[in-house]
Amino acid sequence: MSTATTTETKDLAPVSAESLAALLVGGARPPRPSAVSASLTFGWRAVLKIKHVPEQLFDVTAFPIMMVLMYTYLFGGALAGSPTEYIQFLLPGILVMSVVMITMYTGVSVNTDIEKGVFDRFRSLPVWRPAPMVGYLLGDALRYTVASVVMLTVGLILGYRPDGGAGGVLAGIALLVLFAFAFSWIWTMFGLLLRTEKSVMGVSMMVIFPLTFLSNVFVDPRTMPGWLQAFVNNSPVTHLASAVRGLMDGDWPADEIAWSLGWAALFVLVFGPVTMRLYNRK
Amino acid sequence: MSRPTADLAIETAGLVKTFGATRAVDGVDLAVPAGTVYGVLGPNGAGKTTTVKMLATLLRPDGGQAHVFGRDVVHEADEVRGRVSLTGQYASVDEDLTGMENMILLGRLLGHSKKGARARGERLLEAFGLSDAAGRQVKHYSGGMRRRLDIAASILNTPDLLFLDEPTTGLDPRSRNQVWDIVRAVVAQGTTVLLTTQYLDEADQLASRIAVIDRGKVIAEGTKGELKASVGAGSVHLRLRDPAQRPLAADVLRRVLGASVQEEPDPVAVTARLGAAGAEGAAGQAARALSELAVAGVTVDNFALGQPSLDEVFLALTGHDTHDDSEEVAA
Repeated sequence: MSTATTTETKDLAPVSAESLAALLVGGARPPRPSAVSASLTFGWRAVLKIKHVPEQLFDVTAFPIMMVLMYTYLFGGALAGSPTEYIQFLLPGILVMSVVMITMYTGVSVNTDIEKGVFDRFRSLPVWRPAPMVGYLLGDALRYTVASVVMLTVGLILGYRPDGGAGGVLAGIALLVLFAFAFSWIWTMFGLLLRTEKSVMGVSMMVIFPLTFLSNVFVDPRTMPGWLQAFVNNSPVTHLASAVRGLMDGDWPADEIAWSLGWAALFVLVFGPVTMRLYNRK
Repeated sequence: MSRPTADLAIETAGLVKTFGATRAVDGVDLAVPAGTVYGVLGPNGAGKTTTVKMLATLLRPDGGQAHVFGRDVVHEADEVRGRVSLTGQYASVDEDLTGMENMILLGRLLGHSKKGARARGERLLEAFGLSDAAGRQVKHYSGGMRRRLDIAASILNTPDLLFLDEPTTGLDPRSRNQVWDIVRAVVAQGTTVLLTTQYLDEADQLASRIAVIDRGKVIAEGTKGELKASVGAGSVHLRLRDPAQRPLAADVLRRVLGASVQEEPDPVAVTARLGAAGAEGAAGQAARALSELAVAGVTVDNFALGQPSLDEVFLALTGHDTHDDSEEVAA
């Protein structure tokens, strides 16, 4: 395909001056798109990219499957007597952990994309300023949903039986995707702040590993030393894992849901404006 | 400063942008009349792109002021964005998407309905001869096609001011001519164009006024005629039949034109720089030189009148050529 491009120029039809002139005078400027419409358009761009490069779904399909299988069989026998027993406890948690981990790719894609010429055009458009960033995150929300569905399917095959039924599971996934959307503003910030893809990746690992592992995803925190419990019990990932676990078990853990939503709001309120400030200054 | 006037598309006063210790743009004053092509001419790293980025609201100036159609680029950035379009130095389209997807994406962002964006995209791609490539990813386009798409995207909504940042750098001569045709068509419809270029030839072809910029400063500004007059009228290139006659030819040229004469590596070639074109004009000077050479008995096989090159312009204006910038300003 690309080998044909060298001869392409010679075959290009000449520019049609008459039709060009007609296009330039014709038509008044339409009104500006709303913030929602502009964000959705950028989200559509993210979806198109997935369509053109489907390999990028690897991290939301293969990686989550690996996580479920690995931890179910690694810890299952030791912690709960059998993998089937353990997965009842683990699946909502590992779902939360994997999706929160996947969010860090947002930073990398922002970082590589922002250097491209097309961003200069986006930034010179008269649209709601955060729309390109929100668009990214909307595209990523789709990826998180794919990852959740994949993991849930694997879980069901391995014997996970949620007491909350379809409603509880959907509510859990919805909460998780919402939280991941809000949490991703940290990565848009780092994506704009740091100079190279590698440094974005490095910083992301430093944040994401302690945050996801030091939680109640794998085990009950009561066996941990006091100082660690203090951290784990207040970590947003613990609140989220408890909330998702509760929802999928058919409970309505109102306080854990409130904590998760509170953290989500905090992430957007703090890192959203910082991201936009960096974006405007870039 | 006085209230900026609205019949100027761009007005800047003492515009400054620094990157660390480098003053990429160091006090640029521009006044671009609406409805014209204005050329900003300069070598790599002169500050052209940085200037354009400030005017297109992508970079915040560190000093001075800039107005686009009377609107401040910092405090009224949103109003400015509503009237300008930018075609950056590197294609400002999404390489991963197809040509049509790019048009729809940008059409939607400019407020068109999905249907409207597609219809306008189709018509523009057709006018630009890109219909056949509409469904292909832009990364598989040739340089000329990419540029066309880029400009097509910039006129999805006819802008009042179009920034073209080195639109033909890296294009073959044929594609370059096609881009020039597009620029002429756009300006004919009343859009103001700010064109940056490294090629004197390009500025000459398109622009009615030109600012020459070097190391962040405007070193000359005026119409094409004024600018050329300030750097001399160009050069006469001669090829002689007999290499032995070259010293004689050089003497004649020096005497008649009063200009510096250079003997080329080719033993039959000689070049004379013409002085500032007076009433006689460059062709008149050359004609006089040719007849004097005939009188002196020198046989001339080939003769060409060349325009001053960017190198010559720079040499004349700054005393250094375009290549001795030790550091390039990345922007």
